[in-house]
Amino acid sequence: MASNTTATTQAHGGAADHGGAFPPFDSTHFASQLLWLAITFGLLYLLMSRVALPRVGRILENRAARIAGDLEAAKAAQAQAQAAQVAHEKTLAEARAKAQELGQEAHRSLAAATEAKRKALESDLNAKLAAADAKISETKAKAMANVDSIATDAAGAIVEQLTGRKVDAGAIASAVAGALKA
Amino acid sequence: MAAPAQAIDPIHQFNIERLLHLNVGGLDASFTNASLFMVIIFLAVTALMVLGTSGAHVVPTRVQAAAEMAYEFVASTVRDTIGKEGMRFFPFVFSLFMFVLFANLIGLIPGAYTVTSQIVVTFAFAALVIGTVIVYGLMKHGAHFLHLFVPSGVSPILLPFIVLIEIISFVSRPISLSVRLFANMLAGHITLKVFGGFVAMLLGAGAYAILSPLPLIAITLLTAFELLVAFLQAYVFAILTCVYLNDAIHPGH
Repeated sequence: MASNTTATTQAHGGAADHGGAFPPFDSTHFASQLLWLAITFGLLYLLMSRVALPRVGRILENRAARIAGDLEAAKAAQAQAQAAQVAHEKTLAEARAKAQELGQEAHRSLAAATEAKRKALESDLNAKLAAADAKISETKAKAMANVDSIATDAAGAIVEQLTGRKVDAGAIASAVAGALKA
Repeated sequence: MAAPAQAIDPIHQFNIERLLHLNVGGLDASFTNASLFMVIIFLAVTALMVLGTSGAHVVPTRVQAAAEMAYEFVASTVRDTIGKEGMRFFPFVFSLFMFVLFANLIGLIPGAYTVTSQIVVTFAFAALVIGTVIVYGLMKHGAHFLHLFVPSGVSPILLPFIVLIEIISFVSRPISLSVRLFANMLAGHITLKVFGGFVAMLLGAGAYAILSPLPLIAITLLTAFELLVAFLQAYVFAILTCVYLNDAIHPGH
């Protein structure tokens, strides 16, 4: 073996200071070292390639698949939540619009009812006003008629007092009517 | 000297001792302290990667999280360096990275043996990597694999030199790959041991004992640095393996 010759030639230089050969270059143990290295490393390689590494690879793969699956599920759940939120917002907007509509409707009907009531009241009041006016004018006319008779009576009484004689009622009435007309 | 010479000798930690004498067909197959730590490394990586992931939890336990981190770290390194086709080498690169990383880290525990401080171990790994590159490259691309040494768009006059340089660079790869790891581990552990020896020597040197905290502080800082080196060298080894394997999958520049 080429390595043996190079190793042993170097060994003589290294071994000069120490009694035996410099241990790392001492070829007496090379055979047993190589043998045991072959056994242990061979077994290690077999165990690693057949058992350990496929197992670790499987573990890592499983974990990656699990993480990917979980992420997928989380993404789906998030989409679902977003859809639910959108639906919720839509319902909310609809309800709000409906409420507004309802409110306005109520407001409108209330206003209409108030208006109708007001109109009825107004017309009622107008009617009452008109009735009162009619009564006033009637009373006025009656009063005016009374004024004629009062004036005639008063004129007759005054003339009777002044002149001391009775005057014809018809003459007084025409005279009063003429004075009042003037 | 108060401390025994063996405790101060910075090279002693690399000595290999036979724990169990074995002989298979005339070959020395003894179970040594280095073999023991190879088995410990194997058991530690297995505990992390096999036992730690046995629950296969969707939400990982601490050990499973560490195993997954190691998996993803090496997988991303392979994917970024070689691409998707490189994932067939992922178990190989992963085993290599974990073995070297655990060897380096366990080696930092006081009293533990550093398997990667043996040139024969690091060279075996490097030879395995280059061997895989050559075998897979020739199997997949046949003669086209040799285009690795013949960059396109080079003038014919320069071509022989370029080919020579490419071949030298290819041949030096296993050497640089193995020596880099080996030398880093060796030098780091020698440095730690030398500073540790300073502490022991200063403590045994009368009035100079007052200076002994200085190398102790140095060891503390060096241990942190060696932790970084332990990880970094495992990473460098893995990423260079990926770069070389990339040549086998995509030959030609």
